[in-house]
Amino acid sequence: MTMKQWLLSSFVASTCLFPIGAFAGPIEKYTPVTADRLKNPEPGNWMLYRRTYDGQGYSPLDQINTSNVKDLVPAWTFSTGVVEGHEAPPIVNNGVMFVATPMGQVIALNAKTGEEYWRYKRQLPDDLFQLHPTNRGVGLWQDKLYLATTDDHVVALDAKTGKVLWDTKVQDYKKGQYLTLMPLIVDGKVIVGAAGGEFGVRGYVVAYDANDGKELWRTFTIPGKGEPGNETWSGDDWKTGGGSAWMTGNYDPDTRTIYWGVGNAAPWPGDTHPGDNLYTTSVLALDPDSGKIKTYFQYHQNDSWDWDEVEAPMLVDVQRDGRIFKGLIHPGRNAIFWVLERKPDSIKYVAGWPYVYTDVWKGIEPETGKPIVDPAHKPVMGKRVDFCPSLWGGKDWPSAAYSPKTRFVYVPANENFCGGFTGEKVPLVPGQLWLGTKPEDIGLKVRSGATHFGELQAWDPGTGKKVWSHNFPRSQLFGSVTATAGDLVFVGGTNDRMFRAFHAKTGELLWEQKTNSGIVGMPVAYEVDGTQYIAVQSGWGVDAQRIQDSLVTQNNVGLENNVPQGGVVWVFAVKK
Amino acid sequence: MSSPSDQTRRTIILTALATAVHAAAPRPAAAEEDQPGSDLRPQKADVLVFAEGDHAGEVIKPQDLKVGEPFVRAWPKDPKTSVVRKGSRLNEVVVVKLDPAELDDDTRARSADGIVGYSVICTHAGCPITAWGKAAQGEKDVLKCVCHNSEFDPRQNAQVVFGPAPRRLAALPLAIADGSLTVAGTFVGKVGAQQGG
Ligand code: FES
Repeated sequence: MTMKQWLLSSFVASTCLFPIGAFAGPIEKYTPVTADRLKNPEPGNWMLYRRTYDGQGYSPLDQINTSNVKDLVPAWTFSTGVVEGHEAPPIVNNGVMFVATPMGQVIALNAKTGEEYWRYKRQLPDDLFQLHPTNRGVGLWQDKLYLATTDDHVVALDAKTGKVLWDTKVQDYKKGQYLTLMPLIVDGKVIVGAAGGEFGVRGYVVAYDANDGKELWRTFTIPGKGEPGNETWSGDDWKTGGGSAWMTGNYDPDTRTIYWGVGNAAPWPGDTHPGDNLYTTSVLALDPDSGKIKTYFQYHQNDSWDWDEVEAPMLVDVQRDGRIFKGLIHPGRNAIFWVLERKPDSIKYVAGWPYVYTDVWKGIEPETGKPIVDPAHKPVMGKRVDFCPSLWGGKDWPSAAYSPKTRFVYVPANENFCGGFTGEKVPLVPGQLWLGTKPEDIGLKVRSGATHFGELQAWDPGTGKKVWSHNFPRSQLFGSVTATAGDLVFVGGTNDRMFRAFHAKTGELLWEQKTNSGIVGMPVAYEVDGTQYIAVQSGWGVDAQRIQDSLVTQNNVGLENNVPQGGVVWVFAVKK
Repeated sequence: MSSPSDQTRRTIILTALATAVHAAAPRPAAAEEDQPGSDLRPQKADVLVFAEGDHAGEVIKPQDLKVGEPFVRAWPKDPKTSVVRKGSRLNEVVVVKLDPAELDDDTRARSADGIVGYSVICTHAGCPITAWGKAAQGEKDVLKCVCHNSEFDPRQNAQVVFGPAPRRLAALPLAIADGSLTVAGTFVGKVGAQQGG
């Protein structure tokens, strides 16, 4: 063997035995996640979808604040290698970050350095029809993590190695069943909800044993024959009535109640499914042990607009009219900002008002909280009906945030968008779209005279007043909001690829940074070794992209369609 | 289908399109899935049959398609065994008749009397192509996937002309044999959606 041959062969051997620098894994030090840690997470961690069970999307960290946010710079970045909408919050547990991407990948990273520990790649079936190719994050329990997939499985991975521990089929993806949410973990139960309202499914929430993936309970969001609420459906409509539940719920550990949002009725035109249609477009209060429905509140009856109310309401102590009560706050897709009161056996309407322009509602019945519909703007069969806001609503799934410091709610809203479609009855074919209209007939129209589209709004739920808003003249706002104790509000969501920080009290824009793609992901705050970081995934796609395409093709708007795809995890820290 | 009048023909195609848009192809029954060859990709000399509408299952003849009319959705069928290859949604195709003068060279080489065939599966996230209409940018009619607004130009080998789809639709070479539309070769290009990373 010549010297050169020897060098070459030893190089090959070393690359096989020790992959060059790319992987640091497996993870050696990992802190198991317990019920107590989820109930009271350390300020430096982000282990649930919205950090805490109350869904507020608030971090108590204040090292990065209004005085130094201007010095925020990238600490590290990591390319996921995946395109499409990167919607998940980077989940952080004592220095370890887990990032979920579209196409069912999970990447474990050192949260301080960005070094990769391991990566899980799900092999999705070739014939999968991914209407929403995305994933909203992984749930943590003990030393495992849980991923819900678009081919309708829940998978448990070893947090230290990424090895698959169990893989449970939820339903059949060929029937239009799929999952995009981050599982909610409550006391060793992995709880997920079905997507697929566009395919004529009957929605449900289902819980699995975190240890072995065994199904513990499954609660349908549309009651079957003989169950209370079934009388709000006609004939067999309940069997295919929609009510998908594709976002993570929130949880009140004191009363052991999960609050889970339920989506639209199917197909869209309301006259195809007469009745109030429980529990579509509602929030359900569920018992985590049995899945039993304790109570509910329906945001609007006989949904006809595709107004999925899947985001769970935030649990907030509201000060209003001289009293403090345990509130539920929900800026609805139906354009109404809801303030509700959560009681052990009921959810009571307190107040509601439109937070963006709507021509659908004439008011709200004060006793019941039922919105009063203007029939001229309610889609029906055989006729073109237009309505405001568009079917993406005043706010779609991207989350609002609440700061207990300012007591304001920060809403990623879209103003001046209307929509419409012509209702058409068609036979249901499992696995194929079943909307009650031609998909290409769905319109997004800009209101005439519109000066802007996206609006980051700050509302005081105590007074019902809008405290400030920041308007985006050339973009929708389609990204989740996070608030911090540094009096900062972070959000991406615009088509100019910016990530921004606003003053939580005044709405002043304090900092912005252009990123690789557009941000539809959820910002998080965390701390490692005494340094605070802000992290977000930039990776444009899915509905933000669809709205963008619709905007571009409206000549009066004149926007360019120039948002590139491709995911990158961005992590920022204050420059020292 | 015995030489329907133009009017009837048009109605059939429109009906087929309307069904395609909403309900798409009926899902294969279990028995059909089990038939040997039903999940094989289209094979040379397969005939094409209507996937939906009043004439679902009937062999498509060149005269069933007219320039300027929307595409029809079709399944390949083994003429020897009569097995319709609907065991996998990856086998379904769209066929449309175009003005041969508008086709680029590659497309013309795979066409039969201006009729071109492509996989129905959008290369973005796997939705079916369901619409035929004016391009978002331009005047020509194109194949559309309305899930996320991707558009493909069937005259140019189904290249992406709008939207997030990363690559062209797989093309199915066609021929006319014994008065029927037949498959002249296997798919050119990858059938199915992109997979990440
Ligand atoms: S699946 Fe066709 S555009 Fe997304």
